[in-house]
Amino acid sequence: MTPTDEPRPVLELAGARKSFGAVHALVDGRIALRSGEAHALVGENGAGKSTLVNILAGVHQPDGGTLTVGGEDVVFNGPAAAREAGVSIIYQEPTLFPDLTVAENIFMGRQPLRSGRRIDRARMDEEARSIFKRLGVALDPRRVARGLSVADQQLVEIAKALSLSAKVLVMDEPTAALTGVEVQRLFDVMTTLQNDGAAVMFISHRLEEVFASCQRVTVMRDGKFVSSARIEETDVDTIIHQMVGRDLDSLFPKTATTPGEPVLEVRHLGREGVFDDVSFTVRAGEIVALAGLVGAGRSEVARAIFGIDPRTQGEVVVDGKRLEPGRPLAAMAAGIGLVPEDRRQQGLVMDMGIDQNFALASLRKLRRGGIMRRSSEQRLAKVWAERLQVKFGRLRDPAATLSGGNQQKVVIGKWLAREPSLLIIDEPTRGIDVGTKSEVHRIIDSLVQGGMAVLMISSELPEVLGMADRVVVLHEGRVTGNFARDEADETTIMRAATGQHGRDAA
Amino acid sequence: MTSDVQTAPTGRPDSVQRSIGWRDALRWEGGLVVVLIAVLIFGSAQSSSFLSQSTIFYAGINIGYIALMALPMTFIIMTGEIDLSVASMLGLAGSLMGFLWHHGWGIWPAIIAALVVGALGGALNGVLVAYTALPSIAVTIGTLTLFRGVAQILLGSLTVPGVGDPQFPDSMTKIGTQSIPGGALSYSTVLFLVLALLAGIVLHATPFGRALHAIGLQPEAASFSGVRVAWVKFCLFVVSGLICAVAGVLLTLQNASVSYTAGTGLELNVVAIVLFGGVSIFGGKGTIFGVLLSVIIFGALQMILTQTHVEAEKQLVITGLLLLISVIVANGRELLSRVRSRLAVGGGSR
Repeated sequence: MTPTDEPRPVLELAGARKSFGAVHALVDGRIALRSGEAHALVGENGAGKSTLVNILAGVHQPDGGTLTVGGEDVVFNGPAAAREAGVSIIYQEPTLFPDLTVAENIFMGRQPLRSGRRIDRARMDEEARSIFKRLGVALDPRRVARGLSVADQQLVEIAKALSLSAKVLVMDEPTAALTGVEVQRLFDVMTTLQNDGAAVMFISHRLEEVFASCQRVTVMRDGKFVSSARIEETDVDTIIHQMVGRDLDSLFPKTATTPGEPVLEVRHLGREGVFDDVSFTVRAGEIVALAGLVGAGRSEVARAIFGIDPRTQGEVVVDGKRLEPGRPLAAMAAGIGLVPEDRRQQGLVMDMGIDQNFALASLRKLRRGGIMRRSSEQRLAKVWAERLQVKFGRLRDPAATLSGGNQQKVVIGKWLAREPSLLIIDEPTRGIDVGTKSEVHRIIDSLVQGGMAVLMISSELPEVLGMADRVVVLHEGRVTGNFARDEADETTIMRAATGQHGRDAA
Repeated sequence: MTSDVQTAPTGRPDSVQRSIGWRDALRWEGGLVVVLIAVLIFGSAQSSSFLSQSTIFYAGINIGYIALMALPMTFIIMTGEIDLSVASMLGLAGSLMGFLWHHGWGIWPAIIAALVVGALGGALNGVLVAYTALPSIAVTIGTLTLFRGVAQILLGSLTVPGVGDPQFPDSMTKIGTQSIPGGALSYSTVLFLVLALLAGIVLHATPFGRALHAIGLQPEAASFSGVRVAWVKFCLFVVSGLICAVAGVLLTLQNASVSYTAGTGLELNVVAIVLFGGVSIFGGKGTIFGVLLSVIIFGALQMILTQTHVEAEKQLVITGLLLLISVIVANGRELLSRVRSRLAVGGGSR
């Protein structure tokens, strides 16, 4: 410790630069992590956070800048070097060996041995147990990793980091896939780690988590360091302003519209063991939100309507005509588009060009005499990339090169190119930064103004309340609430979503 | 901004590096053109008759029926699957044709029966791969043995036409000795070229072809865009069975005889041709043009080896080497980074 009031950072990155081809992912990466302190790193998608993390992880070698650990200059030429220096990364979705036990995962490649180079299981389990005890969590070291929740998997990673006596723990969006209780437990673990003297770096899109768990916050924008402040010296508005570099005029630009004819009528829809007796209507020029807790069956309902999943009961009527079950092509022909929950796996072919992704749902329309013209494909992509203001390098670059928000715009554009009468959007803004988020909201709003019917699934209550004309709430596969815009508020929705509301209420 | 995507720890970390566009594909094919020229120069140096009409004709006879099977194989590998039963299907189709001929069937009914069995055998593969989600490599190793076994049951030690059988009609077996009217190419070569052109159009300029790419790269995203993934795969295996049966009929007529061992082991040549042609073993990438170049190179090499009196067994070494080269070079970047990171990890844990 130095005589100044602030301890010297245990890890300090300054002036870090990193480019991928023509893309400057990181222009000026700066962060100083101190022992016993939780330090939040925030910024929009594409601000360079992940690149910075990967430099700390030794995955990327910076093109410039300095990195000091414990006061000494270091160069990480690989993940092993970072680990050696005491830096451990906890990723959002850890990759464990599913068939090995928790303890085996923790000590992979470093198992304690007894005579004859045999693995000392008892000692391994014991050490794992003591680490979990230190963290204050109950996890059996001898159970196999398969079936662990994401939260528990993260704990295994944290335990692994501790077993390596990590001085710095970097958590890359750990809470994105966690429930409220799990988030709280993670915060408790973070506190324990800090008390033990570890430096924790925490990345999250949820600012309220940052304020609940961190003592310091660094803001990045466009690959550059913007500011770093103690948490009590700043506030949410300041941070958002620094993140986007401009004021957000309105987060939810919902325009009032007059709904027209019913476009989608879902009647007593059911799928054995998943959801049951789900009925609702979406009219032209109207946004209906499917709300509910994770696992309530919202995405499953959407997928059954679109025909990706089967359905066992009930019917789906589009523009007065019954829809054949289990056939996405029939749903598409009837004018339905589905922007799925998992952009990277379901929405886009990441290795295909942006232009080809735009065209992927319209291939048959691009045909002339059986042959598809590359030029008409590019024309389609160009039109939609401009209309949705997608930021890209070249249209033929792989979709993987886009930021999350721009990827989402491509998925939306892919369906808009078909001029659907109903667009189903599952989690329209998950994992998207604040700036692009309101852009996506504005796009949805303009679609509805143009007479499209939108069925939106969202786990974010502000988004549901801000955007929806009608809210249908699911709880354990059943409709527990159906509210008009002016009847819906956080309390009524949460009551219905947690099953405290009577059925067929409202 | 691409940083979040390029560096994301989840999913395939190498997906961006793997996303070689058409430029890289052209680079691969450019390499093939260079290899082809080198092979042709080498061949001409070995023998003055290397580029003669008869060499080209016999190269076509030797490689044409194998090349045919490479076309559906290209499609199947594009979707990330594989069909190892192709050569056994060829053997089964030829054997069935011989068996029926031996039992007095007319030539056309025998051929049609062989083609129908080809399609049915392909459908068996297709159902198992597409609708039960079994890995195609396991399924088709099974049918590889199965088809060959049925062929053996049909013909046993018999070579058809044997003693007492009529010969196959001259008008059809002439495809083994005569070129097409007014040209040096064999019938099998012409058939291959026509189908290759067709395959090229389908793969590169139709929605179906685009769907194949999407399935190979990301099957889930393909099905969320309305591609019927299982159905497409099923169809590919049926087509593969059918084309292999065509190859079996062709080979039988070319040789004017058939035994149950026809084409044994050729599945590896077919896979080698496809991979050497630049089609990614992971699916999603490749061109028919590359496969065409690869076919010509294999055909030319085979002729050189034969003309310099290298025995057929030793020629296997060449096939094996080309197979390895194509897999290693095509995925060189990825392999290199994998080896590097393994060394780094290995060094760290010791």
